[in-house]
Order: sequence, then C-alpha cells, then structure tokens
Amino acid sequence: MPGKDNQTVLQVTGLSVDFHLGKATVHAIEDVSFDLRTGRTTCFVGESGSGKSVTARAVMNIVEPAVIREGTITLFDLEEGEELNIAALDADGPKIRAVRGARIAMIFQEPMSSLSPVHTIGQQIIEAIMLHQQVDKKEARKRAIDALAAVHIRDPESAVDRYPFEYSGGMRQRAMIAMALACEPDVLIADEPTTALDVTTQAEILKLIRELQDRFGMAVMFITHDMGVVAEVADDVIVMYKGKVVEHGQVVQVFHNPQASYTRQLINASLGLEEAPARPVHGQREKPLISARNVSLNFPPQRSWLGSKGSGVLALDDVSFDLYPGEILGIVGESGSGKTTLGRVLMGRYQPQTGTAHFSDRDGNSRDLTSRDSFRDKQVYREIRMIFQDPNSSLNPRMTVEQIIGEPLTVAGLAKGKDLRERVAKLLSRVGLSPGMMERYPHAFSGGQRQRIGIARAIALDPRVVIADEATSALDGSIRAQILDLLLELRDELDLSIIFIAHDIGVVRYFCDRVAVMNSGKIVETGTAHQICDNPQNDYTRKLIAAVPRPDPLKRKLMPPVAAE
Amino acid sequence: MASPDIHEPAMSSQVEGASDYIPVGTESQWQLIRRRFRRHRLAVASLWVIALFLLVAIFAEFLSTNDPHDVQARYTYAPPQRLHFIDVQEDSGWRIQPHVFGYKVEVEPEALRRVFKIDEEKKIYVRFFVEGHDYNLFGLIPMNRHLIGTENPRDPLFLLGSDRLGRDVLSRLIYGTRISLSVGVIGVILSLVLGVVIGGLAGFYGGFFDAATQRTIEFLRSLPSIPLWMGLAAAMPPSWSALQVYFAITIILSLLGWTELARVVRGRFLALKGEDYVSAAIYDGASNLRVVLRHMVPAFTSHIITAASLAVPGMILAETALSFLGLGLQAPVISWGVLLQEAQNVRVLATAPWLLAPGAAIVIAVLAMNFVGDGLRDAADPYNNT
Amino acid sequence: MTAYILRRLVAIVLTLLALSVVVFVVIQLPPGDFVTSYIARISGSGESIDQATIDALRAQYRLDDPVIVQYWAWLKGMLVGDFGFSFEMKRPVSEIFASRIGNSLAVEMLAVIVMWSVAIPIGIYSAVYQYSIGDYFATIIGFLGLALPNFLFALVLMYISYVWFGVTITGLYSPEYMNAHWSLAKFLDFCSHVWAPVLVISTAGSAQLIRVLRANLLDELNKPYVLTARAKGLKKSKVILRYPARVAMNPLISVVGWVLPTVISSSFVTAIVLNLPTLSPILLRALLSQDMYLAGALILFMGFLTMMGTLISDILLAWVDPRIRLGMAGAN
Repeated sequence: MPGKDNQTVLQVTGLSVDFHLGKATVHAIEDVSFDLRTGRTTCFVGESGSGKSVTARAVMNIVEPAVIREGTITLFDLEEGEELNIAALDADGPKIRAVRGARIAMIFQEPMSSLSPVHTIGQQIIEAIMLHQQVDKKEARKRAIDALAAVHIRDPESAVDRYPFEYSGGMRQRAMIAMALACEPDVLIADEPTTALDVTTQAEILKLIRELQDRFGMAVMFITHDMGVVAEVADDVIVMYKGKVVEHGQVVQVFHNPQASYTRQLINASLGLEEAPARPVHGQREKPLISARNVSLNFPPQRSWLGSKGSGVLALDDVSFDLYPGEILGIVGESGSGKTTLGRVLMGRYQPQTGTAHFSDRDGNSRDLTSRDSFRDKQVYREIRMIFQDPNSSLNPRMTVEQIIGEPLTVAGLAKGKDLRERVAKLLSRVGLSPGMMERYPHAFSGGQRQRIGIARAIALDPRVVIADEATSALDGSIRAQILDLLLELRDELDLSIIFIAHDIGVVRYFCDRVAVMNSGKIVETGTAHQICDNPQNDYTRKLIAAVPRPDPLKRKLMPPVAAE
Repeated sequence: MASPDIHEPAMSSQVEGASDYIPVGTESQWQLIRRRFRRHRLAVASLWVIALFLLVAIFAEFLSTNDPHDVQARYTYAPPQRLHFIDVQEDSGWRIQPHVFGYKVEVEPEALRRVFKIDEEKKIYVRFFVEGHDYNLFGLIPMNRHLIGTENPRDPLFLLGSDRLGRDVLSRLIYGTRISLSVGVIGVILSLVLGVVIGGLAGFYGGFFDAATQRTIEFLRSLPSIPLWMGLAAAMPPSWSALQVYFAITIILSLLGWTELARVVRGRFLALKGEDYVSAAIYDGASNLRVVLRHMVPAFTSHIITAASLAVPGMILAETALSFLGLGLQAPVISWGVLLQEAQNVRVLATAPWLLAPGAAIVIAVLAMNFVGDGLRDAADPYNNT
Repeated sequence: MTAYILRRLVAIVLTLLALSVVVFVVIQLPPGDFVTSYIARISGSGESIDQATIDALRAQYRLDDPVIVQYWAWLKGMLVGDFGFSFEMKRPVSEIFASRIGNSLAVEMLAVIVMWSVAIPIGIYSAVYQYSIGDYFATIIGFLGLALPNFLFALVLMYISYVWFGVTITGLYSPEYMNAHWSLAKFLDFCSHVWAPVLVISTAGSAQLIRVLRANLLDELNKPYVLTARAKGLKKSKVILRYPARVAMNPLISVVGWVLPTVISSSFVTAIVLNLPTLSPILLRALLSQDMYLAGALILFMGFLTMMGTLISDILLAWVDPRIRLGMAGAN
C-alpha cells in the first residue's frame, strides 16, 4: 500500500447546518463528527432526508441557502503540514475555491444533469484543470485526455470533444469521475454515484472508484442508501438518521454487531440474494392462468415528413411465459429490457404484432390479451389489476382516498353511498391504514402509505392477478420490506397470482416463486427463484447476479475482502 | 424481516423541499388553490380592481353623469372639475355638501381661441340619485336615476373634462369600459371554445389531426398579428351596422387568439395521458368519457382558467389598438380605443391631456388582469410544491 | 445541421405559401372586385376613367378568370418582384416598397438589438438576485411594459416631449434631410429621431424577454451541473455566466421566433402614431381605403420578414445548441 495511507486528511467536529424557512429553522444536520483517512472509504448511509447529502455539501462549504451554524471542518495538508478550517471560510472566497476541485472533489447521482448539456466533456474537464494548475490550454487538453483514459473511456482523443448527451449513463459517470480526479484531490465525495445506474454498470463504476483510490490514495466519502453497496465498498460506516449520526464504526462491526436499533432495522430491511423464503413454493402446475406465446412488439419509428428515422424499437422479442395460479412470477431486467412494456401488453395498453397471451377468466373462458376486443367488456380489468411504481403519480391528487379506492367499485356498479364507504373502510384496514383517513387527499400521505392505498385499489375488485410494476423501487429499504410483506399476506389470503416486475434482483429471491430474466426484449432465462439466484445458466443472468452487491462485508463479490483488523 | 414499528420519514422531508405548509389532508383542489392564491397579495388586490371594473361595466348607465352621446357645443374641451366635499359658506360656517365649480370662458390672446377656465364664483351643487337621461337598467328596467348629478340638469358636470364636441369624458369612459371589457371577455370565450375543442381533440386523438393542428398553430403564431387582424378588419363591408362590426371584430380577435389556449389544452392533455393515475383509471374499467371527465378535466380546469384569464388583457389591447387605428369598432360605438382616437394629435393632447384618461383605464385594467393571471398560474397546480 | 436548416427552409416556404393564400383571401374579401370599387370611388370623386384603362386592369389581374388563375397570376407577379399597382397612390407597389423599406428595417432591427441588450443583463440580474429590490423593480417595469399598449406609450411620449421640452418627436428625419443623400449630418438627425420609436417598440418586447429569461434561468440555477461547476472551484458569478446563463440563452434564442411578430406588430402601430416614413402608414392607408393589392403585398411582405427572422433564429439556435446541431433534439 502507498505510504500516505491511513492518515487523517479531513476532520469534522460538531458540524450543524440549519435551513431558515421564513420564521422557522430546520436543523438539517446536527452535531456531526467524523474523519476521513487517505486510502479509506467512509460510507454515509441513511434513508432520504437523513442529512447525508447536506453533510457532503457542507464539507465543500456549498450549502446555500442553508448555513453552517457551528462546528469545524479541518482539512490537513499532509505534505506541508498545514491545517485549514473550511467551515470558517467565505463560501465564495478564493481560499475555499482553491480547495474545491483541487483538494476535495465531488461526483453526483445524476451524471446527465450534473454535466452542462451545451459544453463538451473536454471543455468541462479542461476548465477544472486550468482553474487549479498552471498549464496552458494544450497541456490541459492533454491532461484531460489522460484523465478520460484513466477512467477507461475508449478512444479518449475523440471522446474529449463529445457532448454529455452523446455518452451513455455509465460513460457519463466515468467522465464525471475523470473531471473530479483531474487534479488528483485528497478527498473524493461521491454522492449516490451509482443510484441512477443499472446494476451491472454500478458494479463497473464501484470497481473503477476503487481502482483509482488504490492508485491515488485519496480518501473517499461515499454516500448511499443501499446497504449492499455499503457492504461492498466501505471501510468505515456512518449511519445517519434525521440529521444525526446514530452509528459510527468499521464496516464488519456495523454489519455484524450493530449498536443502534436503527442500524439493525436498515440491515434487516436490506434484502440480499441469500435470504430464501421460509415457505413452500407456491403455485399449482396444472393449468396456467396466463399463457403467453411468442409475443413480439415493435414500436414503429418516429416519423417525420422527411421520412422515417431508423427501423423502430423491438421492445418485445418472441416472449413466452406462463403464470400459474397462486404463484409470484418475477420479471427482472435492466432499464430498456422490455419488462414494463410486457406488463402494459398484458393490460391491453399495447397490441403486439405477433403472438398470443391467453388468460382464462373466472367463467373459464379463454381471452387473448393481445387483442383489444378482450378488454371491451372490462371483465379483464376486474380480474387483472395493476400496482404502479411511483406512488406520487399513480393516485389522482384531486380525489379523496375514498374516491380513489372506490373508483373501480363505482365504475363496475358494485357499490355506492354507505355501502361503498364500508367497503373502502374494510380495504383500508386490510392494507394497514386507518379507515378514518378516507376523507383525505393523497398529498397528506407518505410514500409507503400511498403505495398501500394503491394496493387497496388493486384488491378492491377481488382480482385473480396483480401486476406490480416496480411497485417497491421508489421506496426506502424498510418501507419496501413492509410493502412486500403486505403483498405476500394478501397473496395467501386472496389466492392471488402476482407478476412482479423489478430491476432489483435482490428483492426477487425473497419475494418470488419463479423468475424470468429479460434482456433487450427477450426472456433469456426462466426458473425458480433459487435456481436463478444460485445457479444461473445464461451468461447475461450470471453477469446480472454477479453484479448485485451483498449486504454483508464478509461476502464481497466485487471488491477485495475486508482486511483483517 | 423489518419490524412494523419502523418510523417512516414523513413526506415533507427534513431537508429538501420543506414547506411551511403542513397538509391536513382533507382540502380539495380548489381549497388549496384558493389558499395559494391568497398568498399572492398583489393578485388578490387586483381581483378587487377587476371586480370594480366589472361593476362599472354592468352599471354604466347608472354611474355615468351625462349621456355619453350628448353633444354640448357650449363646452368643448372643458377641463376636469374637481369634486369638493366641504362647502364653506360666508355666513353659516361649513357643511358637508359635494359641489363643483362652473366654467368661465377666456380668449387666449395670441391664439384667439376660446378656453374654459374653472370659475370659483359659480358653485354647482352635486346630488346623489338625481334624475338625468333615460336608460334601461340591464336593458330592461326603464330608469332615469343616476348615482350623482347636478342639482340643475342644465349645469355642466365634467369630472374628467369634455372632448372636442363637448361630450363628457367620464361618462364615455364608463360606457367604453363596458364595450372594451365585453370584447375581451366574449372574445376569450369564443377562443376558449375553439381552443378547448381543437386542443382537446388534438391531445386526445393525436396522430394526423394533432400534427395538422400543431402546424396550423405554429403558422398562426408566426404571423405578425396586428397587420393580419387589420387586413381582416379592413375587409369588412362598410355598410355593416355597429353591432355587426362589434361581433365581427370579436370573432376576428378570437380567430387568431385561440392558438394559445389550444396549445395549453393540448399540452395538458398529453401530459395527463402519460400520468399513472390516468392509466389507473383506465385499468379501473372507467369508460373513455369517464376517464376524461372525472380524471382529466379536473386536472386542467385550473390551467385553462389561468390561460383564459391571461388571454383577456391581450384581447383588450388588440381591440384597443384596432379601434385606435380606425379599423376596429367605429363611432358611435364607444370603446377605450375609439375614445383614444380623439387623442391622436399632439396639439390636441397639449390642450386637453385629460383625453388620455381611457389610456389610464387600459393600463390599470390590463395590469390587474395580468397580476390575477400570474397569481392563478402560481396557484393552478397546488400539488407541485417546488 | 444542413439537414436541419434544409428542413426549416422547406417549412418556411410552405408557411409563406399558406400565408399567401390567407392574404389572397383577405384581398378577395371586400364585396365586388377591386377594379369595380376603384371605378366607383374615382367617379364618386368626380373624375373619370377611360374604358381602355379599365380593360387593361381587368386583363392584368385576370379578373374575368377563375379565382385560382387570379391567385396564380398574383403569386407569379410577387415572385418576380411585381407586387401590383397601388390605385390609391397611383404608383407600382414595388416603388413604394423601395422608398420605405430601409426605414422599416432600420427601426425594427434597432429595436431588436436594444431589446436584447436590455433584456439579457436585467433578466440575469433578476433571476440571480430573486426577490431583491432590483428584481421587484424589473418585474414592475416588465408588467408595465406588458400593460402599456404601444400606441399609448407613443402618445404619452409625444405629449411629454411636446409639453415639457417643446419638441415634436414625429418622423425619422427633419424636413431638410427628408430627401437628402446620406451624410453624417443626416445620420445624426436620424439618431435624434429614431430613439423614440425604438424605445416604444423595444419596451414591450424587453418586458417579455426579461420574463422568459428570468424564468428559464431560475429553472437552470437549481440544476445539478451548477453545483458541479461550483465544486470545481469556480467563482459563483462565473459559474452563473458560464453555465446556467448559457443554457438559459437557448430557449431565449428560439423565442426570437415569436418576438419578431410582436416587434413587427408593435412597430406597425408605433410608426403610425409617430408618423414614421416606414411601410406601416402605407399599409394603414391602403387598408382604410381598401386598396387591397397594396395591403396584401404589404402583409405578405411583413410575414416574409418575420419568417426570415425566425429562420435566422433557428440557424442561430442550431449553431449554439449542440443538441440540435447534432440532431439529438429529443435526447434529453
């Protein structure tokens, strides 16, 4: 290991940041202390709103409109032996600007919006270099190309003149890292750098950060909400809750001997691939409820009057699967794999060009879901229901909870007036909400509560199939687990079949009986959850499984094992 | 597995987007909009101003002090009289008694023309609810009472002065308010019908109809509007009656004015079509009609009201400009633009600057409408707490 | 890029064709054909017109042919620069054009330039110092600019300068320079006149531009790339000018497309109030006397000017915005 390892380069003590909102003051973070050491990665975890991003920005002294109320942020210059208190500097003064980008650099969650859309990658990196290094433009450009090469961007000489929108998501994040590391900082702050990326890309970026850390020996402050990522990359862990540090320790100790109850909850809520369901595999094998055969859907190209561009997108490519009564079928894949389109085909939103999807309804009739006619009498909508990803946009903000949950009942003419209210009340208590909340509008509820309302709406008509499209991916860890448990209970109670569409394969093993893996419109592998997770056959599935971080630092897959202390 | 007692962070997170308003949760869209609108003080005040204008328009006959068409050749370009309230009498002290002073005629020596000066010797008492020219209230009830008037109907009362023919500017302004506001409102209603129907169909059906609508809108918006309006207005046969001209002008204005409203409606429609809750309504088994009426229309009514309220001042300005140039409404119809035609000549203006009074009315009305529109726009979508 | 400009060019040609149809319809709207009404007017004023002239006119405009043929003859004439004949002014329309178009363009271009150089700094200031006194001031001025009709502004300006300074601010040149050749003295005289119409026309436009720029910039200021730039160690003021202001400028350039029609509309009204020697008073006279060929040609020409302005703004936009230049307009 390089010589400047494990020395304290940044020390934060008693840091508090306040937001002033009119007359009220909100303490964003309070009394936060930690230190960052060279060559080590410190992970900050917590759910949204826990103050971890504010902490990161405070280290850079960019917290406007908030203010640093008290505390010190000491940056050590290891070569000169000097100290600098960042918290006391003028937020736009020359001293702090000499630190930003040169000694402390930062990368963000959204690589697209974090880069200027109208400047080339090169211009943005060169600017950073020329700010802090006394070099001419030619030399800066050379260094920018070197930086791009260091993050493994192919053909850096031409990539340097490209715009961010010409890059893929993973490439953009690489370019961000190149920009951050162009001046070889002592501290790299990574604020959820992989949250917006697919799991395979995430694995590449995590490896890249590690590689560069080994090379330059910088301290990494890594912010994430994903316990799996923490277990993979952290040397030290800081758990934040409501603006305060609730746990601080080395990674193995935090995972295997957590002190705070909140940490325990976080760890319990993080579902790994190892957790097997302690229950029999559901679903009878006799007669499938939905049987899809050779479904292909091609979205036509966008037409303009100068002719069409391209040949369209093959969203579904010869997809076949069966859904048996009582089973939970997971459909996993990365973004753009066609999994959401598949769900919409089953709901009659798109009609595929070829293939059939037979659904045998309650009366024993077989209906082809690929034909518009099957939906005409609305019977299918009573038997197949949908739960959406985003609990904010799936509930009409202008209707009360009673109206939202009651809508399918009203439309079907099943209940009205007092009867309707009673049924809605029952549904609300069934999903764990108080019936007294019936008169409220959705904006009065939290994300998890809204998703419960969505579930109540889905089960209002006593359906046989529920399609859950990324139903838990917008939720924080602990809430996600509660919603999954609720769905499991409902499955047993109402004898539901569930199609669970997800990008997070970690959830699948806990929740699903069988899994179908999709990649660019095709189902590449189908099997039981165990089989897919433990013994994947297909190359893509293997790559996907291998990229999923495990929430256990002793079983790392991507990174070298934790050094014994 | 997670224990159920985990406290879930509330939606108003500690850091980002914290709002000073904690939702109780039982307020409907319109209650939220009203609450937001009320925070916009300028908009609320402007709403009162607009209400005042509307009252003036509705009760124009009752409020006017003179017959707006009544030519009093004895008083051409008479300056405004100030309304005094305290009447000081030589013998019995003072009392509250509104009055104005009469005029005396002087001849300017160099220009040799008659000029009216206020004559403090002639006191003209002003009374409330006096009898004056006949009119039909709301076009139905024959009346001749007016809010204020002189004791003796033969005495002059020109609170905002008189014009070239000795007509009362204030009364004309009050009558003009009715015409100008109604052109704006009727024009917007017409555009609204066109815009909602065309924009709604384009947004709902998409495809070719949508593309054609889009191109038409782009085309209309890329044209300089005033010359085109004028071309259309000029093509009106001179033989048309005042009423026909009035409606023709309104239709011309709305023919070119619907594009913005159609754009808003179409845009909202398309945005809503992509909303999950609209998909949810379809999956609930709701019919097309129910999806549109129950789930989509409530979401963009407020936006349409906003767009419409922002379109009214534009219409009023257009009518004013057309009439001012002599291509819009024609005398004897009285609108703000027609009135300002009197003020075209700078020499006339120098003698009788009060002829610009309708200009002040235009600016105040348009400003107030813009403020209200702005307030509505901020309040129209109470669910985006950004 | 080339494909993009080509597409825009085709669109503009199509738009102009559509406009020509609209204008032709407007020309045809007044009852009776215009030669008839022209004769009626002439004889009404006691003059006479010989049958040969009438026949020649009827033949020239193909008034006895079907409407389509009339339209085609008219359009063909326009294309080769024969804009028709003004019956009112007894001169070819093209001659009237030539004498006034320079003034029109000068006033309008000056107004556009002033508009931009005023709006950009004020817009940036208002957004960066949101809710400051300066911002409120700019907002109030902006609202006034929107609420004050051009002709009224021009009237008030005229009144003030006449009553307070004893100056009449009509026209673009003093009488002695009206027909003089260009010289420094004439240029100075022009400058001493042109400020008033430019002020009037640019006020309304600037007000709109400031609002657009302020709103765009406020959106952009919260974008993560601003944070990225600051995290690099750039000074805040530099960050704003180099990144969000630069990005917010793009929609502003596309705004030219709809600012130009406004400028032309308002210069029209202003020119009439201030009695400028531009095309506008001619159009008004033509319209008032239903001299429809002259009016039609003028309206079409104004439309053409707008289209050209829009084209320039499109090209400018493609030039500054790599997303459009590289044909990735939809790739956000």
